Amino acid sequence: MSGHEVIFAIIVAIAGVAGALVVSSRNVVHAALYLVATLGAVAALFLLLGAEFLGWTQVLIYVGAIVVLLLFGIMLTKAPIGSATLDNQSRGIALLVAAGTFGVLTWLIWDAFGGDTIPLKQAVGTEEIGRSMFDRFVLPFEAISVLLLAALVGAIVLARKN
Amino acid sequence: MNLAWVLTLGALLFSIGIYGVLARRNAVLVLMSIELMLNAVNINLVAFGSFFQDQLAVGQIFALFVIAVAAAEVGIGLAIVLMIYRNRETVNLDEVDLLKW
Repeated sequence: MSGHEVIFAIIVAIAGVAGALVVSSRNVVHAALYLVATLGAVAALFLLLGAEFLGWTQVLIYVGAIVVLLLFGIMLTKAPIGSATLDNQSRGIALLVAAGTFGVLTWLIWDAFGGDTIPLKQAVGTEEIGRSMFDRFVLPFEAISVLLLAALVGAIVLARKN
Repeated sequence: MNLAWVLTLGALLFSIGIYGVLARRNAVLVLMSIELMLNAVNINLVAFGSFFQDQLAVGQIFALFVIAVAAAEVGIGLAIVLMIYRNRETVNLDEVDLLKW
């Protein structure tokens, strides 16, 4: 096992355990904190795969902004803590569907890409991302910025008191 | 590093997200599960991006777009959850049945 594979195994362990705790925790705030651990592990995986800019963007946007927004949502809606009120009646069916999805996806992945290895050369730097983004993908970038503006205005309109 | 293992981690996080969306009652927890699923997609994009070693880094660019859309989605989603809470005093999804008959 190479160094990369050892780190990858640690990342899988953290992401898997923390991800399972996000959907099974009895405490809403704990679920949000386990979500931080999962997203942090995914950020580490991005760094491992050479996606330097994306790894730190993941930390900044997800851990820094989205989880804080979710914590505000928990706080403002007075989510109940404890007891079984966080889950609905169809847990068994949900578990069945999730296990089925995982089984089918894993079978397809190993059938199609079982022997391929990722060539881990050098990391893709911020300069290359910026050049690619503003050279070839500038129109989608502008579309995304309009989408974000529309979402911002929509969120303000929805959430304000009249 | 084997590509299939990275994709399997993506499939695992996606399945956990599916379980969370189906089994949780609280709307904020459902939004968290959706974030897990979007992250699984990002793992796939980055893994294929570094597998094909393309010059434009398309995998990472698309993952950045997915992150931006996820930020917009969680903002709107929480605004809707907040409005439901203000009108109905609950965020349990099985009690919000206005469109059900």
